[in-house]
Amino acid sequence: MSEKKTKRRDFLFTATTAVGAVGAAAVVWPMIDQMNPDASVKALASTEVDVSSLTPGNTLTVLWRGKPVFIRRRTQEEIDEARAVKMEDLIHPEKDEDRAKNPEWLVMLGVCTHLGCVPLNDKGDYNGWFCPCHGSHYDTSGRIRKGPAPWNMEVPKYEFVDANTIKIG
Amino acid sequence: MSDHEYRPKSKVGQWFNDRLPLLTLANHLTDYPTPKNLNYWWTFGGILTFCLITQIVTGLTLAMHYIAHADMAFESVEHIMRDVNYGWLIRYIHANGASMFFLAVYIHIFRSLFYGSYKAPREIIWIIGIIIYLLMMAAAFMGYVLPWGQMSFWGATVITNLFSAIPLVGEGIVTWLWGGYSVDNPTLTRFFTLHYLIPFLILGLVVLHIWALHVPGNNNPVGIDIKKPSKDTVPFHPYIVIKDGFALLMFMIVFAFFVFYAPNILGHADNYIEANPMVTPAHIVPEWYLLPFYAILRSVPDKLLGVVAMLSAILILAVLPWLDTSKIRSAVFRPLYRQFYWILVADVLILGYVGAMPAEGLYLLIARVATAYYFLHFLVILPVLGFKEKTLPVPLSITEPVLGGSPNLAAARNKESKIE
Repeated sequence: MSEKKTKRRDFLFTATTAVGAVGAAAVVWPMIDQMNPDASVKALASTEVDVSSLTPGNTLTVLWRGKPVFIRRRTQEEIDEARAVKMEDLIHPEKDEDRAKNPEWLVMLGVCTHLGCVPLNDKGDYNGWFCPCHGSHYDTSGRIRKGPAPWNMEVPKYEFVDANTIKIG
Repeated sequence: MSDHEYRPKSKVGQWFNDRLPLLTLANHLTDYPTPKNLNYWWTFGGILTFCLITQIVTGLTLAMHYIAHADMAFESVEHIMRDVNYGWLIRYIHANGASMFFLAVYIHIFRSLFYGSYKAPREIIWIIGIIIYLLMMAAAFMGYVLPWGQMSFWGATVITNLFSAIPLVGEGIVTWLWGGYSVDNPTLTRFFTLHYLIPFLILGLVVLHIWALHVPGNNNPVGIDIKKPSKDTVPFHPYIVIKDGFALLMFMIVFAFFVFYAPNILGHADNYIEANPMVTPAHIVPEWYLLPFYAILRSVPDKLLGVVAMLSAILILAVLPWLDTSKIRSAVFRPLYRQFYWILVADVLILGYVGAMPAEGLYLLIARVATAYYFLHFLVILPVLGFKEKTLPVPLSITEPVLGGSPNLAAARNKESKIE
């Protein structure tokens, strides 16, 4: 056994192991991937919301992909407050202009970026939202200002289909 | 197996045993030499076996009536409570059984910590035990999700979101765990499947745990190696069987108290409200047995580091046999360790208390100090103590201090009074 020389048998042994490993991986992958979102879940990718009844200073909460979406029709003070904030004061710097293309309408996932709770409207130190689970404060643009959450509340892909209808997703 | 050659008395027994030595195994378990000074803290192994079997039996019967579907789960649990014959009893035993299981396992773990049962040559028993403990937490968490109440839903959301702290792949992992973009029906059905599976994994590990235990034999309150069998041991049956049985009876009184007089006291009222993805309950708290780790999670202001700290708090136990550098097992002969042990017990209880309180102001400060101390105990105090501590002289056998004339008589007596 002292002589280490690659033999035909060593080659066969390595080749068999390699083919076996590839085969095992090919079988394991479907078992793992079956847990990912299925076709019926993915099919619910967009939803249309009628916002005609929403008056300034109020929030509509709708369910999209099983998650709440906040649609906030902001008052002028709220817009001014959000746009007056300096970038260096933000934990996750994002301009309000980029978050709300139409300043009156703020559309975002009502999901705290810490551990996924639903923040409460018109609460907290920054007149925006407050998450009751672990105490994250968001401003009138839904940006994180204080607390353990790392990011601003996410703005999903959305568009105005007409003046009164928002399509999310 | 047994040191002496066992041979069944009957012809049939011999015929069977030659083909499958089950009777030899039964004989080994009956005659198994056990240290004669085991106190009542050693009865929790048997109590835990009882808890596991109780959970499996009540779980199987509940599964006959429960429906794992987001639209029907909550209703089917109420159906069990109101319509199914004795459904209320079976469910209350199962729900409170989880708490009793954790109560027993915490006593079992802290017994090991006090008497140094995790040290050589019992490291593998200890590590298997930690794996069982981790699986217990997974099973308990998934079981709590099944009634599909508000706490179920939001507990599942918060705990699965812990994985989103992992850089890059975190979000993908969370979506994969959920089987969607939020906790929903696919999440519920897979949690039910895994909740059903895990107890049987635990059962298998318990067999390994006991197997590994029977190689070196039990540790004991004096913590010395003993000859087996000798005058320091008694056979498992009837001595330990009776003692375990009596302790189990006492334990069942506590268990029955919760089931019959306070079945919901350990639960949360919000879980009698059906899951609503639009509203988060005002105050989310995990079950009491997870509170110390929850406090550690919240005491770290950074999301990723909080998750890392929480997992480390559990996994650090797995390397405990190598962190504790002292050769002496039992705290009875370690005057300094004994004090640090009780400080650790207090520290964990404090963590549990602040874990149930809002994470702000003084509570947050206490949680941070207690978290720091927890890690200090394992990473600094234990390794250093092994070198610095002046331990008391250890007796040569269990019998020696009892017969008198031993310099350790005082220590042995001191230990006796501790047990009461």
